[in-house]
Amino acid sequence: MKATFNSFLTSAALSLTLVLAAAAAPPEPAKRIAPAFTLKDSAGKPVRLADYKGKVVLLNFWSTTCGPCRLEIPWFVEFQKTYKDKGFTVIGIALDEEWDSVKPYVADKKVNYPVVIGTETIDKAYGGIEALPTTFIIDRQGRIASTHIGLVSKKDYEIEIQQLLR
Amino acid sequence: MKLRSSSFFGRAALALLAPALFAQTPGVLTVPDPPKLTVGRAADPVLKLKVSIRPGYHANSNSPSEEYLIPMKLTWDTAGPIQPVDVLYPKPKMEKYEFSDKPLSVFDGDFEITTKFKRAANPPLGPAFLTGKLRYQACNDKMCLPPKTVEIKLPVLMQ
Repeated sequence: MKATFNSFLTSAALSLTLVLAAAAAPPEPAKRIAPAFTLKDSAGKPVRLADYKGKVVLLNFWSTTCGPCRLEIPWFVEFQKTYKDKGFTVIGIALDEEWDSVKPYVADKKVNYPVVIGTETIDKAYGGIEALPTTFIIDRQGRIASTHIGLVSKKDYEIEIQQLLR
Repeated sequence: MKLRSSSFFGRAALALLAPALFAQTPGVLTVPDPPKLTVGRAADPVLKLKVSIRPGYHANSNSPSEEYLIPMKLTWDTAGPIQPVDVLYPKPKMEKYEFSDKPLSVFDGDFEITTKFKRAANPPLGPAFLTGKLRYQACNDKMCLPPKTVEIKLPVLMQ
């Protein structure tokens, strides 16, 4: 009888511990679906996020007047080259007012992914861009897997892309 | 060269509409309200505008070392009782950042921008205001903030 009671106490304590541990562990926040958009590239061709459904998307808000943004662009060109056929794309959203400064820069850097000019609507949809660069990594399910504000190392981006492509 | 976005440029527009609010809100760059400038008939007035940039941030100087960077620029309304003749910026610093190969020409910390004015022909006497605009873009080693235009209201007493 005593052994049974001790066993009951042990299992009750274990259950309580598990319940408390579960309660203490913060729940994983639900990933937000990346807001849909359709914007035009420099040739007037529409670029829709929906067209990249099922792919990992690196959505980069940048501008030609932002030094840290300019450092990242060649990395993104390289990622596009390496991972395009594995279900990945970069989309650049320039927050410059006109194509005048964006077009020559994109040509000079041989940017090989879609680049569009941002609008107030997309800025608001993505929570208001406070600083540049701001980059959203979108998973194959169309959810925002991570948000990076400011310069991030090339290696960190690459690890994240590779993980999402698995 | 120009940028747009509600967050990026909405705030710049807001800075123009509500200069007093922005002068009081601690931001990356602050410009305290300038003291009253008393303008006599004898000497041309000079204003030393104080500017302060939060540690860790910088603004491109008036003559950035890279063409793509937005320069700091102070402009004044030319229709007032005094007219700007020359705007003199401090000597910029050449600083190297993680994102640039070469050092950049920047302003940081506390500094002054000097404006030399001349008296307009037959100005109305008494108190007046002169408005100016300071345009800049602030960045740190990792990111850039929206370019801003801060409105400056200079009280003037014409004698």
